[in-house]
Amino acid sequence: MKIADKSTSAEKLVRDALEKAKKYAEYNIFTFLNEEGALKKAREIDARIKKGEKVGKLAGVPYALKDNFLSPEGETTASAHILEGFVSPITATAVAKLEAEGAIMIGRTNLDAFAHGSSTENSYFGPTLNSRDKKRVAGGSSGGSAVAVALDIVEFATGTDTGGSIRQPASFNGVYGLKPTYGCISRYGVVAMASSTDCIGFFTKTPDDMDLLMSIASGQDPKDMTTLPDYYNTDADTELSDLRPSWATGADRAPEPRNDGREGACRGSLNSSVRIGIIKDFDNESVDSDIREALKKKVELLKSKGHEIVELEMPALKYGLAAYYIIVPAEVASNLSRYDGVRYGFRSEKSDDLDALYYNTRFEGFMPENKRRIMIGNFVLSSGFYDAYFLKAAKARTMIINEYEKAFSECDFILTPVSPNPAFKLGEKVNDPVAMYLEDVMSVSLNLAGVPGLTIPAGETKDGLAVGLQLVGPRRSDKALIEFSKELA
Amino acid sequence: MKYLPTIGIECHVQLCTKTKLFSEVDNDAKDKEPNSCVSPVCYALPGMLPRLNGEAIKMAILAGRAMNCEINAHSRFDRKHYFYPDSPKGYQITQFYEPIIGEGFVELPSGTKVRIEHAHLEGDAGKLTHFDTYSLVDLNRVDTPLIEIVSMPDIHSAKDAHDYCKELWRLMCYAGVTNGDLYNGNMRFDVNISIAAEGAKELGTRAEVKNLNSFRSVERAVEYEIKRQSKLLDAGKKVVQETRGWNDAKGETTGQRSKEEAKDYRYMPEPDLPPINLSAEFIDEESAKLPLMPKDYREAFGGVIAEDILEILLDYPSLMQKLKEIDNKYVKSVSNLFASVLLAEEKSAEYLNDLPSAADLNELSSMNEKKELSSTATKEVFLRLFDPQMKGRGAKNIAKELGLIQENDLGALEKIVDTVLAKPETAKAQEDFKAGQEKVLGFLVGQVMKESHGKANPSVVQDILRKKLS
Repeated sequence: MKIADKSTSAEKLVRDALEKAKKYAEYNIFTFLNEEGALKKAREIDARIKKGEKVGKLAGVPYALKDNFLSPEGETTASAHILEGFVSPITATAVAKLEAEGAIMIGRTNLDAFAHGSSTENSYFGPTLNSRDKKRVAGGSSGGSAVAVALDIVEFATGTDTGGSIRQPASFNGVYGLKPTYGCISRYGVVAMASSTDCIGFFTKTPDDMDLLMSIASGQDPKDMTTLPDYYNTDADTELSDLRPSWATGADRAPEPRNDGREGACRGSLNSSVRIGIIKDFDNESVDSDIREALKKKVELLKSKGHEIVELEMPALKYGLAAYYIIVPAEVASNLSRYDGVRYGFRSEKSDDLDALYYNTRFEGFMPENKRRIMIGNFVLSSGFYDAYFLKAAKARTMIINEYEKAFSECDFILTPVSPNPAFKLGEKVNDPVAMYLEDVMSVSLNLAGVPGLTIPAGETKDGLAVGLQLVGPRRSDKALIEFSKELA
Repeated sequence: MKYLPTIGIECHVQLCTKTKLFSEVDNDAKDKEPNSCVSPVCYALPGMLPRLNGEAIKMAILAGRAMNCEINAHSRFDRKHYFYPDSPKGYQITQFYEPIIGEGFVELPSGTKVRIEHAHLEGDAGKLTHFDTYSLVDLNRVDTPLIEIVSMPDIHSAKDAHDYCKELWRLMCYAGVTNGDLYNGNMRFDVNISIAAEGAKELGTRAEVKNLNSFRSVERAVEYEIKRQSKLLDAGKKVVQETRGWNDAKGETTGQRSKEEAKDYRYMPEPDLPPINLSAEFIDEESAKLPLMPKDYREAFGGVIAEDILEILLDYPSLMQKLKEIDNKYVKSVSNLFASVLLAEEKSAEYLNDLPSAADLNELSSMNEKKELSSTATKEVFLRLFDPQMKGRGAKNIAKELGLIQENDLGALEKIVDTVLAKPETAKAQEDFKAGQEKVLGFLVGQVMKESHGKANPSVVQDILRKKLS
């Protein structure tokens, strides 16, 4: 990516980005443009460069921030009516780390409200359009961020991935999108969707940019007890016991999301020959033929480079979608409980008593998809239903974790489609929630297992729509995953 | 008909950690402005995550050990959901499925054993103050660490209910995990009461009286419930399973919420906090820090201090700790001073936090033993030991300064007695005494005391007078 230096000023980089952002206004990418703030920061960086002072690794690099990251610049709304007017006094850890290296946020990007969705159509601010075809969806929930990078407005954009929200829009717009290992990047200051599957990640144009951002943003954060000790920037296995909380000097370990998968042979340097798993269960007619063709081509490419292809059977993955749409709504319903109109954000005017305040604020403030997930979540957690739904889904989750562990004993990485179809038409699935959920069938199991997945651009369909594939690795293989993706370019 | 009451008690104890259970903000909100001890985690800003306070884990271990409980090596947190302005997150973080403290028991002074089912850690809720047309919300109390102690239904009388709560309070204070200020809600009790015909195999339907904040109100509420439920059953009616409130002024309980209206809390594992895994070494290390408990003091002082006095003094851990430092032979006299002088003082609460040194108390007792101080003078010097102006100077110096040291020197006393006997105004009394009038001896002793400016030891003076006038 282009970094500000003596020949190119940060101000120019930022001005160019803002100009492009305005040029593409019809795509409805941004919920807020940070013109004043971004230019002020750019000038500060330029002054420091002029004085010969040290500037960060992302000096003057314009980026787009998904609107569910807290920062005092602009309102943090998560594209939800109920957070309208909310200016955060807090800066998310991930944002603070990027900005400490000199990155400059030029705008906040559109998403499905509270990241509930696969098309950005559930946004209070309306849908974001696909970068290749304005009649089609951008994908979601991080649709705005994907399109901002695809249209080359910014060098990179942040995203959150709870069930595919980075990988699918990256695939729909032909850019790189990484959902790291669960616990790799702090969730502190990011509007929570589902705590046990939420991951912070990025959209970039190259694997090297992704690597740079990961090296900056990853690492343990005392403000997020589910973060892992920094493994991304250390070659050796970080000794977990060295990072135990001080109050538990014995057996306590740094949080391990569910089972710890096999470390994989793929950490650090890669062998010349890598074993790539292909999931047989995903190779059927419900998957778009252009996508299957793209996968076939990449498989041939890998073979030609001397890599080994392994066919995998992963039958437990078929429970992924069902388990996901129980566990995630349960956590969603719980995490959205705090939006009650009492302390911040939107409050319904016509509320005479406490119950009416809650009812009206939440009725008016949430989008239909938010309400759908709150209802599902509260249902599966209801007394008498917990064992039948939530507990059963948790068991399915363990099966999926075990399935991935087994798979990574047979191969180093897995290559699969990201979604069964390329970008669909605006409005096509908006009234059919189940069809919309089915779009997540190939992406959600990674979130349940906590393993990393990287979307790589893999050509286009006959109609010119972007096709992406998903490279999956064992937990904590993020760096190797990014490195290996260069083999597929 | 005769009924047997069965009672189980849930007790919430606020832990006196420096910071709150889930964020690094002041946990001591006493006398502070409303909403001044809150962090973004407490008031539930979007994207905020709980961070577990290790000090609360250590205190939970001590609290558990004080109740002879197992400490679970593995425990975790759950969310308990409900909407109310005292709960900004919309849920309370508690331990529903796997609590940190397992089974144990509490032994009452009467010898009754009450088993503990479990105890768990959780965050407290905020406080609402209701007015005619509005309510005020104070979030200072949000996420103050609590342990909730759940007893087995092993209590069968109002007296035992009272004693159990009081013993729990003592245990928690001795363990040093709470400030133990009941008036300010540091401990609150929910009492489950049912009655059944004596000899019946099954327990009756229970009512729960919530939010009692004194031992006396626990006792009264249980007495009231036993009467209320007995009347119902005698009249052939049924007890309804419900939550009841206690009206202290009226001395009665009133129905609040029946079982049918009970909330569904939709418990769910807390995904933002990793499980707590404690090694055996860590648990042992922390358990070893448990100070002496009431039962240890009962064992140590049982034969020395009268039982009724010991039970009074046991309410004050600092006094028991002090007695432990006192020379064995003075324990009894110092304990009497504590019970009859110190605790009778208006400022005793203040004094309890800053007791005189064991050396001072030993010296004082020794002077009293040697009759250098009369019992009245001993009490006076004892109180002066707490006086900010005097303390630190030592019992002997204070006694000297106040001129309270008794004259025990026989030679010197004999001289004074001679002087008095030589006075003409005592002549008649001397004759009367010799003639067998015992009561005039008091007059003569008084004259000697006057002559000695009060320093003479009256019993020694009496002996000398008897000898001289015989």
